[in-house]
Amino acid sequence: MPTFSSEDIKKTAHLARLNFSADEFDKIEKKLTGIIQFAQQISDLNTDNVTPLVHPLEIQQRVRPDQMTETNQRPDFQKIAPLTEAGLYLVPQVIE
Amino acid sequence: MHHKTVAEIAKDLAEKRYSSVELTHYLLSQIKQKDPALNSFITVTHEQALQQAHDADRRRANGQATAVTGIPLGHKDIFCTKGVKTSCGSKMLDNFIAPYDAFIIEKFNAAGCVMLGKTNMDEFAMGSSGENSFYGPTKNPWDLQRVPGGSSSGSAAAVAAGFVPAATGTDTGGSIRQPAALSGITGLKPTYGRVSRFGMVAFASSLDSGGLLTKTAEDAAILMNVMAGFDERDSTSVNEPVPDYTQTLNQTLANITIGLPKEFFTHDLDPAIAASMNEAKQVYEKLGATFVEISLPHVNLSGPVYYIIAPAEASSNLARYDGVRYGHRCEQPKDLLDLYKRSRSEGFGEEVKRRIMIGTYVLSAGYYDAYYTKATQIRRLILNDYQNAFKQVDLIMSPTAPSTAFKIGEKANDPLSMYLSDIYTISTNLAGVPGISIPAGLKDGLPIGLQLTANHFREATLLNATHLFQLETNWHRQHPTF
Repeated sequence: MPTFSSEDIKKTAHLARLNFSADEFDKIEKKLTGIIQFAQQISDLNTDNVTPLVHPLEIQQRVRPDQMTETNQRPDFQKIAPLTEAGLYLVPQVIE
Repeated sequence: MHHKTVAEIAKDLAEKRYSSVELTHYLLSQIKQKDPALNSFITVTHEQALQQAHDADRRRANGQATAVTGIPLGHKDIFCTKGVKTSCGSKMLDNFIAPYDAFIIEKFNAAGCVMLGKTNMDEFAMGSSGENSFYGPTKNPWDLQRVPGGSSSGSAAAVAAGFVPAATGTDTGGSIRQPAALSGITGLKPTYGRVSRFGMVAFASSLDSGGLLTKTAEDAAILMNVMAGFDERDSTSVNEPVPDYTQTLNQTLANITIGLPKEFFTHDLDPAIAASMNEAKQVYEKLGATFVEISLPHVNLSGPVYYIIAPAEASSNLARYDGVRYGHRCEQPKDLLDLYKRSRSEGFGEEVKRRIMIGTYVLSAGYYDAYYTKATQIRRLILNDYQNAFKQVDLIMSPTAPSTAFKIGEKANDPLSMYLSDIYTISTNLAGVPGISIPAGLKDGLPIGLQLTANHFREATLLNATHLFQLETNWHRQHPTF
């Protein structure tokens, strides 16, 4: 049976941009292992030559004329941002 | 008064027995007085509701009322509402005030409905009990020690308690139907694509469906007439004509065949629930329907498939919460990575983090084919099962949930046992077909739900079959003594 090792948790948490404290780590390890073992049931079924289904209706992606439909609402959207300045979103310094 | 249906209220308003303002005042006072015990609302929009009710009354006086003008509604706190907080049950969005309305909010506003507030829910719609809300669990009005089901927990409890005649919800794996069943009300999950997802906070985009929690199928038909339809802003909205769902409610069921999947009627089914299913079968036979046993051979793998696909899509959708553009941001980030990690870790609750972890894992290099691809292959087999069944039958009947409402805390520490609450509902989301939960019995004073599912875009058949059942039975008229 597959298990969610602490190495898996560290790697996956980094990919998911999450932190877990030492306390949380122990709790989540057992629960994630339980879930992944539950999910593992699918491996017993032979699915050779079955085309994956990613969308229940299999509709064609619509295209639309390349026209502007939305107006610029920058002030409205920036009003709810945690930190902005001069119409820009602020983040910690990225380039030295 | 407060257990009237949408249809009854619409008639009363048209006959001027009371005004929308009077009704709104009354329901707001009920919520103020009684909701502290239930916690079904995250936000009550007192002033805005009264303004909308005034507008509705004026509109009626001008002879411009629609079928739903002046009808009070609750909206699940997953639908963006311009100027009113949309938290999605999460600390992450505790400060989020959307600059626009969701499609269905636009529709209900335009028709003159009155929003009383935003209802409580499991965080990001991840849960089957309402316990995963940042704002605390919602209680079941049938028994305050028990959960109302989830994730549309607040909508279900508010309708069951009579705070609103109807409320909106969303259903990704059973989040409308399971709480409807546990709360003794009617819950409709429409076909995937029938109701626009524009402005509905995304959980798992190939599964999420907006729908309704109501007292009756007739009410669901009236409200579906408002909210169903094509929307070019949702790339998966389907441009199929919307029938008038109220016109076919009374059609005969004489030519209807109902399938009973043998995978859902097993020996371990709760005897009280099995008895209710049997009684319901007799009602339908009396109404002229024919029953056959069917098989959905891959449906038992729906759980594992769902708990790969839904977290996979969630991990991708929830990547947008980065502490930069909106939502929670940590204090004093030392660099960009720290900003992302701490904002997300502080903002998301336990279950949401677990699902992001599972989703990230099954999509990561080395595991993608074994989990995600494999799950999507089995999803096709499940859809094929439904398509084969619907060649033979018009409707499929099953319980909605394996048990009645469980105690708060009972499953909170065991995600797997919580996931099993949805064993009868998740396959319909994987196949994209519509489903409805109907009150069909009581066990020790707690409601039992019956589920019907139909082929894609056959909501009218579901509502028709439910309406006729509700003319023959009284379960939907039972109310908690809350």
